[in-house]
Amino acid sequence: MVKKFGDFTANDNLTFQVRKGEIFGFLGANGAGKTTAIRILCGLSAPTSGEINVAGFNVYKETEKIKKSIGYMSQKFSLYEDLTVKENFRFYGGIYGLSRKKIRERTGYLLEKLNFTHASNYKIASIPLGWKQKLAFSIAIMHEPRIVFLDEPTSGVDPIIRRQFWEMIYETAEGGVTVFVTTHYMDEAEYCDRVSIMEAGRIEAMDTPRNLKTRYQASNMNDVFVRIAR
Amino acid sequence: MKKTYGNIIAVENATFEVEKGELFGLIGPDGAGKTTLFRILTTLLIPDEGTATVEGWDTVRHYKEIRKITGYMPGQFSLYPDLSVRENLEFFATIFDTTIEENYHLIEDIYRQIEPFKGRLARNLSGGMKQKLALSCALIHKPLVLVLDEPTTGVDAVSRKEFWEMLMKLKKQGITLLVSTPYMDEAGMCDRVALIQNGKIMKIDPPDKILADYPGTLWAARAERPYRLLQNIRDYEGVASVYPFGEYIHFTPQSEPFDKEKLKVFLESRGHRDPEIKKAELTIEDCFMDLMNR
Repeated sequence: MVKKFGDFTANDNLTFQVRKGEIFGFLGANGAGKTTAIRILCGLSAPTSGEINVAGFNVYKETEKIKKSIGYMSQKFSLYEDLTVKENFRFYGGIYGLSRKKIRERTGYLLEKLNFTHASNYKIASIPLGWKQKLAFSIAIMHEPRIVFLDEPTSGVDPIIRRQFWEMIYETAEGGVTVFVTTHYMDEAEYCDRVSIMEAGRIEAMDTPRNLKTRYQASNMNDVFVRIAR
Repeated sequence: MKKTYGNIIAVENATFEVEKGELFGLIGPDGAGKTTLFRILTTLLIPDEGTATVEGWDTVRHYKEIRKITGYMPGQFSLYPDLSVRENLEFFATIFDTTIEENYHLIEDIYRQIEPFKGRLARNLSGGMKQKLALSCALIHKPLVLVLDEPTTGVDAVSRKEFWEMLMKLKKQGITLLVSTPYMDEAGMCDRVALIQNGKIMKIDPPDKILADYPGTLWAARAERPYRLLQNIRDYEGVASVYPFGEYIHFTPQSEPFDKEKLKVFLESRGHRDPEIKKAELTIEDCFMDLMNR
């Protein structure tokens, strides 16, 4: 994958494969080019060159098919604050073209799993951040996407909910959904099956957290990251 | 101090003292009450109950004195986007009746990194450069107390490390530093930390003391299939709390001493090949979660 903006190369020959059901951590310093790459993978921006397939679809020609096959949530934008929990499910379900019956089923199922059925009529604005993020994740997988992109999903969330969130990720990946996640919490990088670390537009390292720690003789991923990105 | 917004209690019964020259951390997730506390201390909010003093000045009655001796870097970028780097700095120096030259030594290390871009409008700076400019502006009047609200949120691990190194240098100059952060691994950089959740300070101590006070032992387990391992350990009688923790699962036994061989046999009977079980290396986050659960 290559993406240039004028003279600036945001993504410089990124080459990687993520397998079905894998939890893939996409790490890098601020400005390393992660967001640019994610936008391309989500079908929101065309690459300058390269051969790229997402869920089996071509990123140049089949962006609409890609959008239907993926889920997305970020820390910055996820749910409509002035809609209730249930309304948010209905809204996103509608966007993804689910039938009313399917929306009802999936909403009921996902809220039950979250133990949040009692709150289905609460406005999002009245719900604590950690719960919002768990809801946003449920909504991102509501249409049963093949891949879900999570852009700093746990920023600022309390540590207990952060772990519950990762359990949801584990469970989702067990069900065969591919999880593509960015985070600034380096301990979270260790939840991933594999991680890539970007620096100045290139992937500098890509492996399991365990192998990276061995290779860089580091006791944790934070040290690995600092060694690569500095 | 106590502060409420309508029905919401933002801060309740917060009582603490910060030593002169101390690097004091306020650690907790979003919504814990960190910003409210800092706004009271910087005279921007009035507490419903209680009082606070900064360098002996009362935050309500003597707010003007406090503003002269305090530097504040809010969580949101709050400089003038349509002024250049240099103009922003000059503006803050002028407001505090000083000049850039007079206190240049204080900001030199930080400002030098953005000085090549001094003509650039603040709005066009990268996140890291904005942060350095904001810190320079908060320091230019040589404050006795520097209050930094989540300066490292959303910042990558390398820039975070560099930022803390800058704070260490400022501490050496004798400035009292109050820093809030949601990243619990940053606690180790502070002399003392307050762990805060839902408006309540759960504990205030040096980071080592917080780790030492953890009751009982914490264990870690690892195997090929982490999610299944997590579920299996939850099913095992004799464990209390079970959480994923990076590539390990952290758990606490219901009673001591804990027989790890027995758990190993159990896990092997559930299909895990050669699971690793060992005593976990405690982190501030484990302590934070323990306090949350009490």
